[in-house]
Amino acid sequence: MNIMNQAKFDKIDPIALKEEREKSLRTVSDQNGEHMIVNLGPQHPSTHGTLHNILELNGETVVKATPVIGYLHTGFEKLGEHLDYHQFITVTDRMNYLSSMNNNIGFAIAVEELAEVEVPPRAQLLRVILSEMSRIGDHLACVGLQAMDVGAFSVFLWCWKWREKMYDIFEHTTGARLTTSFARIGGLAKDIPEGFEQMATEFVENVARVLDETELMISRNRIFIDRSQGIGILEKEIACSYGVTGPVLRASGVPYDVRKAHPYSGYETFDFEIPTEPDGDSYARYKLRLAEMRQSLRIIQQGMERLPDVQGPVIADDFKMVLPPKDNVYNNMEELIHHFKIVMRTHGPKIPVREFYSSTEVPNGELGWYIISDGGMFPYRIRTRSPSFYNYQVFPYMLEGHMIPDVPAILSTLNVIAGELDR
Amino acid sequence: MQEPTNDMVLNLLQETFNDRILKTEVVRNQLQIEVIGTHVYELIKFLKDDERCDFSYLVDIGGVDFLKNGDGPERFGVIYILQNMNNYLRIIIRTYISEEDLEIDSLTPLYLAANWAEREVYDMFGISFKGHPDLRRILMPDDYEGHPLRKDYPLQGRGERENFSRYEYYEPSKV
Amino acid sequence: MGLETLLAEKLKDTVLLSKMDAVINWGRSNSLWPAPFGTACCAIEMMSLFANKYDLARFGAEVLRFSPRQADLMLVSGRISIKMMPVLSTIWRQMPEPKWCISMGACACSGGMFNTYTLVQGVDQFIPVDVYIPGCPPRPEVVLDALMEIQKKVRGEKLLDRLHGE
Ligand code: SF4
Repeated sequence: MNIMNQAKFDKIDPIALKEEREKSLRTVSDQNGEHMIVNLGPQHPSTHGTLHNILELNGETVVKATPVIGYLHTGFEKLGEHLDYHQFITVTDRMNYLSSMNNNIGFAIAVEELAEVEVPPRAQLLRVILSEMSRIGDHLACVGLQAMDVGAFSVFLWCWKWREKMYDIFEHTTGARLTTSFARIGGLAKDIPEGFEQMATEFVENVARVLDETELMISRNRIFIDRSQGIGILEKEIACSYGVTGPVLRASGVPYDVRKAHPYSGYETFDFEIPTEPDGDSYARYKLRLAEMRQSLRIIQQGMERLPDVQGPVIADDFKMVLPPKDNVYNNMEELIHHFKIVMRTHGPKIPVREFYSSTEVPNGELGWYIISDGGMFPYRIRTRSPSFYNYQVFPYMLEGHMIPDVPAILSTLNVIAGELDR
Repeated sequence: MQEPTNDMVLNLLQETFNDRILKTEVVRNQLQIEVIGTHVYELIKFLKDDERCDFSYLVDIGGVDFLKNGDGPERFGVIYILQNMNNYLRIIIRTYISEEDLEIDSLTPLYLAANWAEREVYDMFGISFKGHPDLRRILMPDDYEGHPLRKDYPLQGRGERENFSRYEYYEPSKV
Repeated sequence: MGLETLLAEKLKDTVLLSKMDAVINWGRSNSLWPAPFGTACCAIEMMSLFANKYDLARFGAEVLRFSPRQADLMLVSGRISIKMMPVLSTIWRQMPEPKWCISMGACACSGGMFNTYTLVQGVDQFIPVDVYIPGCPPRPEVVLDALMEIQKKVRGEKLLDRLHGE
């Protein structure tokens, strides 16, 4: 724990702080007469999804914001009770579509921890590399969208270009651009194909360049700074009390990252830092995302260096739980039987009767899974602790007192994914 | 100051709440305790305010319906996950609520995060939270009937997919 | 000798003769203004479509209009829940005629892999759809193909048909 500079919490009661601020906004506004109600969303160009906010305005200042969510409610948790553990992996993609690889891996890890499955080292290493790539892709999209919302469109295009390269790598590796479904319980679906190393090296080099370019372009840009510095400030006490995680929390100065706090998949063996920013405004969140991408590049580099030395299977050898590799299923009697035993309703994987919460760090925060197993083939209950749900809850607090044009500028720094928010 | 560990928290809780704790277990280094629904607010307040425990971070609140499982003493359960922000120790608190009263104390006076989380449990299971400032549906439309995550609710719904209210012009829900 | 040939002879190459239908449809088909209705994962692929690699501008459809009153092509991409469907149909009704609709992705076409209580099992139950795109998510190339299909459809339309109702 010593590596991380501990967050110093003053004895501030977050709830009292929030109420005080709301009261001060009220008194200012009430002197000036009537309020106007404006509906922002659910279909609005700048909400990047199906978010709906009812804003109470005094002139152009937001006095009160009431988010309405649920426009993308899909019933993932209910569906989870009707699909078996292996099938549910495909659903996790669709939950967070900006970084589906992290979601796949996160769910696989949750089931592995529940059922105590050992993952072979090569699979662990590849998981780290792939999820860091996905993290970079997500942050690129987020930084690009943030710049676009304050008027810098070319940054979006640059960032998206390298997101496309990430899609290319994923397509080459997994066969799908967006909905990869690549993780399996106990490992990965298959080993990386030929040419992956070269693509990854190229990706790392070029993304580093794009980050520098982006920094040159907007970090000291007057308009960008005016639109983001001091906008949407989130104090760390409030952030913690709201359960905020991920870059938004770290930009408020709390060095909480699941990769360090509860290491998984061998993250403890990598040399990387958890960047933090003290200010907690939109600019801090932008800076933090850039710093985090640099750290991810470092992790990928280290991983790629280790990759040739770590050979072996990419899926565990545990036939009670793990689907055997497809090649063997088609060509091998014994494996075919194992496959059927796992897939058939009356048998299914052997999972102990217990409940367990485990979480991973996805690009927008802590993604947790609370799985209740009754020993059967289907999970009894899958509860998803989605980062966006808790991060978005703080949005009205950050908004109040700002102008209408700041609403999209703050929203895009939160990186809220509607699919995960509404589940 | 000494950082909390599973054993320490367990001892503290057993000292203070002794017989009100139904069951404790440690699953793969994760402390899970069960209490009666009426005591959960008191227990979590203790865990949050006590200097030695200092669980100042609410990770999640989730509901469970034990209808099919039948291993719970009551039909519904609520799960709280808390975390200490100094050494990141987690604790899981489970409670049971009977089908008749379906009510439990709200955690909103302790954690701001509890607001939406409890609204979601209310929406999905119909469990109401005493003292919640704004207990409305959060994910489903306001005029929806039924609580979809209950086990007796079919996956395909009860025909709402075809017969939802198709108001002519879209009205925003009330502030 | 018909009137057309006579005119062509007299006016030589200075005037181009065509049918009203063809001219208007040519204009419409090459300047479709899409109103993107993106909700879920398919919307991310739609963003790729508008970004540099796939570049919808090559087909004259780059003018994204988020106001339905200025658009004539609706791109429904993503899952539509029962809470969202009234919004979608309101937006569809706000679009002026002539208008076309593409339903992108398995979810918008049929509910896809989510046969659950909250998802509309196909938007075509509520609004008319001209082109369906399969895939979860469809690749941007397929969306380009769908756009070309719409253009083909627009070119074949008769103006009076729209006037008298289809
Ligand atoms: S079709 Fe697939 S990719 Fe598209 S919205 Fe549905 S689940 Fe997402």
